Amino acid sequence: MSRTRRIRSAGLIRGVLAVLICLALWEMFARTSRSTSLTPPLELIGQTLAGMLVDGTLLINTLHTLGRVLLGFCIAALIAVPLGILMGRSRFAERFFLPVVSVLLPIPSLAWVPLFTLWFGIGNTATICVVVYAAFFPLIYNVWAGVRSVLPIWTRAATVMGAGRWALWRKVVWPASLPYVIAGTRLSVGRAWIGVIGGEMLASPTFGLGQIIFNAKEFLNASVMLSVLVVIGLIGVITERFIFNALEEATIRKWGMAASARR
Amino acid sequence: MSRITSICITLLAILCLAAAWEAFARFGGYTPKLTPTLSMIGAALVRIAANGVLWTAILATLNRLLLGFAMAAAIGLLIGGLMGRKQWIEDMLLPIVSFVYPIPGLAYAPLFILWFGLGDVPTILLVGISSCVVIILNTWKGVKSIKPIWLRSAEVMGAGDREMLHHIVLPGALPYVMVGLRLGLANAWRILIAVEMLMSVQSGLGWLIFGAQTFLNTDVMLATIAVIGLIGVLLETQVFERIERATIVRWGMAAA
Repeated sequence: MSRTRRIRSAGLIRGVLAVLICLALWEMFARTSRSTSLTPPLELIGQTLAGMLVDGTLLINTLHTLGRVLLGFCIAALIAVPLGILMGRSRFAERFFLPVVSVLLPIPSLAWVPLFTLWFGIGNTATICVVVYAAFFPLIYNVWAGVRSVLPIWTRAATVMGAGRWALWRKVVWPASLPYVIAGTRLSVGRAWIGVIGGEMLASPTFGLGQIIFNAKEFLNASVMLSVLVVIGLIGVITERFIFNALEEATIRKWGMAASARR
Repeated sequence: MSRITSICITLLAILCLAAAWEAFARFGGYTPKLTPTLSMIGAALVRIAANGVLWTAILATLNRLLLGFAMAAAIGLLIGGLMGRKQWIEDMLLPIVSFVYPIPGLAYAPLFILWFGLGDVPTILLVGISSCVVIILNTWKGVKSIKPIWLRSAEVMGAGDREMLHHIVLPGALPYVMVGLRLGLANAWRILIAVEMLMSVQSGLGWLIFGAQTFLNTDVMLATIAVIGLIGVLLETQVFERIERATIVRWGMAAA
């Protein structure tokens, strides 16, 4: 669907307008309400944001949160990808692991937080465990579905044409299952992101964006909370727009496959 | 592979998992207070089921889920439908919705506590608001996905706004709307359990886990987690798959 440039710029203007209206409404609401600490005006939020940027608290906490997401996701991927592939290729492994995955998948990762804090103590370990749990199941499910979605005729054709085991993997199975794997990664990072914020609130590690929001409540610092929410939203938009869209563009769209994985 | 063999392997898997947990619980080096054996977890489940704590908690949680989800569905369908039908509404709301979408609903929880206090009202509001975004996005996509030729031919045949909505837009957008509702419910469920831990509500499954932690009742915690998983599966398979079978699968819009 191609739009002309004029229509697009009109859309952009409307988008900007809507954001401005929202901000103006908030400002009016904030100015007329009784307490600025509960509903801080934009100026105060901006100041808080700038202050946290300058003194580095924002940076260090963001880095801690992102580090936990990255570490948790990597651990989850290291187990989920090979296991998912195995489940997709071997009927025995599928029958063996699928029930376990389907039982554990629907349990919200945050339900485990109190248990993890008892087992591993409050702090980093429990938080990362939550992230691993949150990231693991969507990923393994989609890797499995992706490998299964490879048409048998492709693998047979490749085998007949003399593809060895490794070539079969590299050239047929892996690219064919990639749309699902990418969709799974997207979902899994999203879940990890929810898990890390919740984990940081409940398992109280030393740094982290969830931790700042949670602590700000004690001091009635709504401006801090709102600034951190803005940062969280920005990080989400950036990962979605730039990392995942670029990844899809470079692989499955370039090869002409539509992302049709199950979410 | 025959059906019997596959069932046997499934059973084997469950047995292995149970045995692994049992071995860890007995010889893992933690006290049984922290890693209770399966029989202890089972006993805890029977205990909380018998004294009624479990049932009131389930009822309280499902009640909140229903209210929050109903709110999310109402907001989501309305805004998503408007965004799909009117270009200027889409232009205005899409940037805001896509900014809010990746923020975990739980991040608002402390803010909601400040604004609305503790208890049921902020919990339901939070569940509703945080799970309506995915419904908005899917409804919007669904309405957008309706073939223009359907709309135009209905218009030519003299359909009014109401008929258009009833006969073309609603059924045409339904496959996406169902996906949105499904994801919304799953989201609401996930958020609700966590929010119940933060908002100090009177009862509920999240509250049960969190309360049990205070008294080091790991058996109760694990029993509750099992119940949460079970309800999650039931919501997915018994509620949504049935609705889908009765609507979009029957109308030939999606594969069963």
